[in-house]
Amino acid sequence: MAEAGYPDELLYHAEHDWARLDPAHPGVATFGVTWFAQDALGEVVFFDPPAVGSSVAAGEFYAEVESVKAVSEVVAPLSGEIVEVNTSLADTPEAINEDPYGEGWMVRVKLADPGEADSLMDRDTYVGTL
Amino acid sequence: MTTPTLKRTPLFDAHVAAGAKLVPFGGWEMPVQYTEGVRAEHQAVRERAGVFDVSHMGEVQCSGPGAEAFLQHVLSNDVAKMAIGGAQYSLLCNEDGGLLDDLFTYRLGPDRFLTVTNASNHESDFAWLRERAADHDVQLDDVAGAYAMLAVQGPRARELVQQIADSPLPPRMQAAPRIILGREALVCGTGYTGEDGVELLLAPADAPAVWEELLRRGALPCGLAARDTLRLEVCYPLYGNDLSTDRNPIEAGLGWACKEDTGFVGSEAVRRARDDGPEQKLVAFKITGPGIARQGNPLIGGGEVTSGTMSPSLGVGIGLAYVPAERAAVGETLQIDVRGKTRTAVIATKPLYTKETDG
Repeated sequence: MAEAGYPDELLYHAEHDWARLDPAHPGVATFGVTWFAQDALGEVVFFDPPAVGSSVAAGEFYAEVESVKAVSEVVAPLSGEIVEVNTSLADTPEAINEDPYGEGWMVRVKLADPGEADSLMDRDTYVGTL
Repeated sequence: MTTPTLKRTPLFDAHVAAGAKLVPFGGWEMPVQYTEGVRAEHQAVRERAGVFDVSHMGEVQCSGPGAEAFLQHVLSNDVAKMAIGGAQYSLLCNEDGGLLDDLFTYRLGPDRFLTVTNASNHESDFAWLRERAADHDVQLDDVAGAYAMLAVQGPRARELVQQIADSPLPPRMQAAPRIILGREALVCGTGYTGEDGVELLLAPADAPAVWEELLRRGALPCGLAARDTLRLEVCYPLYGNDLSTDRNPIEAGLGWACKEDTGFVGSEAVRRARDDGPEQKLVAFKITGPGIARQGNPLIGGGEVTSGTMSPSLGVGIGLAYVPAERAAVGETLQIDVRGKTRTAVIATKPLYTKETDG
């Protein structure tokens, strides 16, 4: 499992999700779950992604992750339309544990309102909630 | 909200020191996994050796001139067939044939038996047995507090235990007293993982030293989560999931552990169920696509999943489900409603995992 950590460049949602805004692709964000979330889940054995083209709303569930013992729902930090899902998680769901901010990314989303990102926490604020 | 006080085994401090995640289970605070995680623990038992603290299991001692006749009256199997040093799986049924518990009994002497109960049923089992013991020349003792229990399981498990034993270990399905690391133990050739191995019943004060020595010799500490994935791959039912008072032994596929001719409590109901055929049968399944079915997921067309997990050895979702008898044949397709999504599974031969089909 990855070492505990929370990258500075990400934005954080209280439900232990992160969003990465890429300056090269304005209006598109990548979502995943934080180190805290994957640690609480335990070893992830299955990721059930949403359909490309479906809509997600900030604060609502968009995917499921299952550990050996339990199933949990993943909350969207921002609203928009799914434009890509991480299909490699079908074969290697453990990437969510091993590399939650890299190989363990879950979806890319075309944001409905890029200004909504202001509602998310920066690293230090999020870490202060843990 | 008040939380009932959870009981702790003599190995509680050892679990904390080993970095265990502890959870409530059957009234006990038990390790669900350690730092290496479920997959590593599961694999250690399949390939090498793991050790489980199963001290939450209860024990009842039955002794006296009427001990055999009494157990023959309450247990489903033919207790008289058990030689001294023998072990036998049996069921405790109510008059309607409903399952109260599933048990292992060891014959320690002509008139002395030790029965291992499930933690969550221990008190009700003991009360049930005591009520029915009145007409028998038998003494029943709740000896759960007198024993810690370690399950050492895996292809190398016997070798590890043998290194610290005073004499050869009893074979599979037999039990014998041995000196383990200088301490008295009852060594039983039984387990709940589908692997070779032994279970050790020890005085609580002796358990930590034996546990530490097994770890030092290479056994990996394993928690309840790995115990569950291991037992499910070999289709051992779990009381509370797959077995309950609403189910009889025939439905559960445990008719082999029932000898109705002994006249045990519930035998008439079991005989009727066997003769008439059950409405539902407990089958093993594998999910054919992605996903995992879980306990309580309904089957489309009737029946339900009673246990489900991701199989670490097979890499697919597996489980046990009660299925209408006419659709319970190996090869039949099941449609499972998993939180609103339909997952397809196929009924497979038990056990789902064997050494030969590995990979």
